[in-house]
Amino acid sequence: MCGTCGCGKHHHEHEHGHGHDHHPDDRRTIAVEQDILQRNNLLAERNRGYFEAKHIFCLNLMSAPGSGKTTLLEETIRRLKGRLPLYVIEGDQQTSNDANRIAALDVPVFQINTGAGCHLEAATVHHAFQHLNPENDSLLFIENVGNLVCPAMFDLGEAKKVVIVSTTEGDDKPLKYPHIFQQADICIINKIDLAPFLNTEVATLRENALKANHRLLLFEVSALQNTGIDHWCNWLETELTAPSH
Amino acid sequence: MHELSIAQSMVELAEQQARQHNAEAIEELELEIGCLAGIELFALDFALESSVKGTMLENARIVRRHIDGQGRCGDCEAVFTVSTLFTPCPVCGSYAVNILKGKELRLKSIVIK
Repeated sequence: MCGTCGCGKHHHEHEHGHGHDHHPDDRRTIAVEQDILQRNNLLAERNRGYFEAKHIFCLNLMSAPGSGKTTLLEETIRRLKGRLPLYVIEGDQQTSNDANRIAALDVPVFQINTGAGCHLEAATVHHAFQHLNPENDSLLFIENVGNLVCPAMFDLGEAKKVVIVSTTEGDDKPLKYPHIFQQADICIINKIDLAPFLNTEVATLRENALKANHRLLLFEVSALQNTGIDHWCNWLETELTAPSH
Repeated sequence: MHELSIAQSMVELAEQQARQHNAEAIEELELEIGCLAGIELFALDFALESSVKGTMLENARIVRRHIDGQGRCGDCEAVFTVSTLFTPCPVCGSYAVNILKGKELRLKSIVIK
């Protein structure tokens, strides 16, 4: 029966003999109206629910390769270890170099190798924390794949997104790659000790980050020289004891 | 190259909808992409070309609707067109701009048969 032209309702008998291919309008338009990243977003919300239920404070660290994410993480772990259980998920295209550095600090770590993938997605993070099986009332760091573009679009279920930018990258990066700064809650400017030797002004970098996202909470640090790390860790501890967490 | 993940998600979402409606094939895919969505259109076209192979979308026409960016100034409340994520308010010069439109990345409709 054809519901389009009503030909099945004819009282006389006849043979079409050619199916309904002749109907030019057997095409139907379906209104979908859905976000293309819906699947990832739903999985991310599922992760978020798990973290909230277990009081796990989860941070997604994003930056270009070489901006000092792992060094910052090492320094942060050295300060917070023993205060609460810490866990790390490492994302890299290849190698377990970063995971080895974290494991050397005696912190449970799970390495995700994305192969050709340029970012982590909620599903991979879900898989990783099932392996880690984090305790309640803990802190989970996700170190995203080094990339200042793609990780911006993929919610992982974290409580806060942190973008790290180092002075060696130049002070115009927030304007060149604004999406990741727009998505972030926190911006850590790293390698401030090197600024005097570079054509980079920390104040300009700061200003540009705020142009891309005026809500950013900014920290200026040198992870290698241990500058500003206390300030960052104090903020973390305040967040951990905040009633919303 | 996050456009590949995006393209694969589009195919997955469209096929899922088409199957729910017992379709044989998808003839058209209508997308809404905001100019601030962070999508490189050339890369997306390239990624889609390979992602649709062997799927119900193999011969689908891709229709892209572009959405201009719009922001509201957090200081003076002016509403204006934004072409970047760091467009200042044209009235008061503030960068405290909240994006109202332009970040869309949606599958609007499909035409099935």
